[in-house]
Amino acid sequence: MGVLEGKFEENVLITSLDKLFNWARAGSLWPMTFGLACCAIEMMATGASRYDLDRFGAGAFRATPRQSDVMIVAGTVTLKMATRIKRLFEQMPAPKYVISMGSCANNGGPYWQHGYHVLKGIDEVVPVDVYVPGCPPRPESLIEGLIQLQKKIERESLAKKTERGAA
Amino acid sequence: MTLNMGPQHPSTHGVLRLELQTDGEVVHSARPHIGYLHRCFEKHAENVDYPGVIPFTDRMDYVASMNNNLGYALAVEKLMGIQVNNRVRCIRIIMAELNRIASHLLAAGTYGIDMGSYTPFLHCFRDREKILDLFEETCGARLLYNYNWVGGLMYDIPPGFEKKVIDFLDYFEPLVDDLNRLLSYNYIFIKRTANVGILPPDVAINYGITGPNLRGSGVKFDVRKDEPYLGYEEFDFDVQVGVGEHGPVGSCYDRYIVRIKEVKESCKLVRQAVAKITPGDVQESIPKRVKPPAGEIYMRTECPRGELGYYIVSDGSLKPYRVKVKSPCFTAMSAFHEISRGAMISDVIAIVGSLDIVLGEIDR
Amino acid sequence: MKSEEIAAQLSEKFGDKVIESKLGVVTPWTVVDPGVILDVCRFVRDDQRFLMDHLELLGGVDFKDRIEVVYIPYSMKHGHRHTIKCRLPRENPRIQTVESVWAVANWHEREAYDMFGIVFEGHSDLRRILCPDDWEGYPLRKDYKFPTRYRDMPV
Repeated sequence: MGVLEGKFEENVLITSLDKLFNWARAGSLWPMTFGLACCAIEMMATGASRYDLDRFGAGAFRATPRQSDVMIVAGTVTLKMATRIKRLFEQMPAPKYVISMGSCANNGGPYWQHGYHVLKGIDEVVPVDVYVPGCPPRPESLIEGLIQLQKKIERESLAKKTERGAA
Repeated sequence: MTLNMGPQHPSTHGVLRLELQTDGEVVHSARPHIGYLHRCFEKHAENVDYPGVIPFTDRMDYVASMNNNLGYALAVEKLMGIQVNNRVRCIRIIMAELNRIASHLLAAGTYGIDMGSYTPFLHCFRDREKILDLFEETCGARLLYNYNWVGGLMYDIPPGFEKKVIDFLDYFEPLVDDLNRLLSYNYIFIKRTANVGILPPDVAINYGITGPNLRGSGVKFDVRKDEPYLGYEEFDFDVQVGVGEHGPVGSCYDRYIVRIKEVKESCKLVRQAVAKITPGDVQESIPKRVKPPAGEIYMRTECPRGELGYYIVSDGSLKPYRVKVKSPCFTAMSAFHEISRGAMISDVIAIVGSLDIVLGEIDR
Repeated sequence: MKSEEIAAQLSEKFGDKVIESKLGVVTPWTVVDPGVILDVCRFVRDDQRFLMDHLELLGGVDFKDRIEVVYIPYSMKHGHRHTIKCRLPRENPRIQTVESVWAVANWHEREAYDMFGIVFEGHSDLRRILCPDDWEGYPLRKDYKFPTRYRDMPV
């Protein structure tokens, strides 16, 4: 949450500010284009005309991590790629969130048993906020994952005794 | 200066890393680095039984997974000597060609985005969703189907399916002209692609390139005509080649326009296949246990990206001994440094888009 | 040309370097001595009756007692193909590169090196292509032990 977190006592001013910040953050989560494999095609379909992601505020896919709020890891993460994920996550400015899309990103997916080069779940390298199951998840599932993330953001607070976001 | 178009890039169609040696804007050498999506398909294929390999074949070229399944199923059927009935053949052709249309639409849409125009992407995806609806009605999945099994199909087509396919084709064929007006005849698009990335035909053959990439260079070669499988010899369609309407033959524009022309050919094929369907049971030839005799086979089919080859070595047991896949995008990428010599950085993006690569197939 | 004819022509040209042939199966093959593979490949590409200018597949297969390298060239003009194999010992598999014959062999041989450890002599750039450069072991060998960690990540 940045420099303001945990510095204030709970009072009516803070709760109003909370609502304002959380509404702003949840309403315009800009994803980073991090489509790796098959789930990337479903992510593109979610952003396209039928399952429009722009109506949730999340339509502006940024290519650079420095301008994005949420990293939707869509697809299998291999060991060769895992160091790059960590670096991209560190380049994102706080507040930042991670959605793990698809069973490969959740825990290795269909490659869990004999995949010598597959990272079994991205939570080994980055902290994850929402897991979206499916192989590949339907666009509706991804939208549900985004809505769950928005609800999670709305529970965040500037007040002292708070649980931290993914920052 | 060494520039890195890293594995995370909006225009590389997946996790591809290009190491460019540039002199300002002109690229002297472009070395592709792959392997960022190596998911050990061949190791998995040795450890599961023959029908269990089919979901893994889906995920190689995830945009055209009906064709991947088809190639593997045909290879194992040929090894075992299984013949399928006419209904299975026609449905397989319908699914393969519909998936070819969907894959080419995705290629055209993403190529438009690479070149800077967002609208064709939305149009292409709108039409692609209708094809995915048809697939979802049949087998329940939108992207990765596991539909072509060894000896038959997973499910029969639902009642009314043929009519829905014909309705879709009647709706879709006039829209190809819309897409052409938006993208193919667009002055900026032609300027950016017509003189870029020339691939001479002899270089293409030496580098083992197949599919629309080879046909864009003027070589009339299509596995469906030259070594027909599944009864394609009874169907009437043309093989489209690039003719260099806006520049030398073998440019990015030729490779792209061959795909658009192939969409219309696929529509013709689907109509003919729907007319030829006969009643029957799609699961009658599926063996109880898939246990091919010891031996080996190399079988190739025409996928939207080129010629996909399966080399299967069987030792007579329930699991394959070795499955090696010859991926068309792998060979196309191996020629990349040759095609992109002397191009500018923005042309590199045009070339990568015109080769229509899918990293899942390159890295397996 | 039929595969019987192809095998017969190869035997005639290379004599006892052609070790074995299996015909009459779905995919006929011929085993040649690894020392002459470059000459065989040049011959099948340039000879007018063969004209196999398109290499379809180059891969390795690990058997218990040997590693085989499989070449499947195809002729665009005549429409025929034949499978050529070479048998190499498992301890130190080395064979000449055919990069100068078919340019696509460059990447196929890098993959065979990555997966099986076959060293292609004369290759311009023999390094791993799919696995990372500091990967240990050759994954598609039958006795490959899966790693438990890579750098500091559990596998």
